[in-house]
Amino acid sequence: MKSVVRDVGEVRVLDLEGKITIGTGDLQLRQLIEESLTAGKNKILINLKGVTHIDSSGIGEMVGCFATVARRGGKMKLENLPAKINDILQVTQLITVFDVYDAEGEALASY
Amino acid sequence: MLYFVRMAREAQLQLLSRYENIELAEEVLGELCRTASVDDETIYWIGMALREALANAIKHGNKLNPEKRVHVRIEVRPGAQLRLIVEDEGEGFDPEQLANPTDPQNLLRSSGRGVFYMRNFMDDVSFFPSDQGGTRIELTKNLETRRAV
Repeated sequence: MKSVVRDVGEVRVLDLEGKITIGTGDLQLRQLIEESLTAGKNKILINLKGVTHIDSSGIGEMVGCFATVARRGGKMKLENLPAKINDILQVTQLITVFDVYDAEGEALASY
Repeated sequence: MLYFVRMAREAQLQLLSRYENIELAEEVLGELCRTASVDDETIYWIGMALREALANAIKHGNKLNPEKRVHVRIEVRPGAQLRLIVEDEGEGFDPEQLANPTDPQNLLRSSGRGVFYMRNFMDDVSFFPSDQGGTRIELTKNLETRRAV
C-alpha cells in the first residue's frame, strides 16, 4: 500500500493506494493512524480512492483505528470509496458505522 | 512455492506459511481463470475469497509456523464451476463457533469477518477436518452466475 499524508487545516488526510490486506497494508494503516494521533491530529479523513483491495484484516484494522481515534476524542471518516470497497463495507454493514463522503470539501466541512 | 498446472484448468500449490504467498496464489488463480475466459469481476471476488481462505490457513491454521504448509488446489470448469480447496496443517477448527459479524454487538470487533466474506463472495463454502488433523475448506463458484451484493 502507498500513502500520502496531507494536513488540510485541522484535518489530517491520508490518501491511500493499493491493497489494505493482511501482513502489509493493515499494519501500515495502523501506523499511519498512530503517527497522526501522536502528532496531535485526531480529525482524520481516509481517502480510499486508490484502494483496490481490502480484506477482512484490513477491515478489522480500519474498525480498530476508528475506535482508537474515537477513544482519543477524535473522528475518523472515509471518502471516495471505490465501488468494490463500498460493496465490502456494505456486506458487513460497516457502511452504517463510518461517515462516508464522496466530495472532500464536504468531508472536511463535516468536522 | 511449488506450482503445477495441468491442461491450464487446474493448479496445485504448496505454500509456506507466509502472507506474501497469498499474492502469488492470487496471481495463479487469475492466470488460470483468464485462460478459462472468466470475467474480471468474477475473478476479483473469487480472488478475495481465496485471500481470506489463505489468510485463515496461514494465521489461524498454521499459526505462521514456517515449517507448515498450506495446500491449495484450483479447478476451473469453463462456463460451469470453479472450485478452490485450501488445506492447512494446523489443529482443526469449528466453523460453528463463529459469531455473526453483522450482529450489532459484533460490528466493531476487529476480527471475525473472513469466513463471512468467503460465504458472500462464493456460492458454497464447506469445512472439513483434513487427514492430517488440520482444516480443509472447499469454496465453489458457479461461473454462469454473477455475484450480487
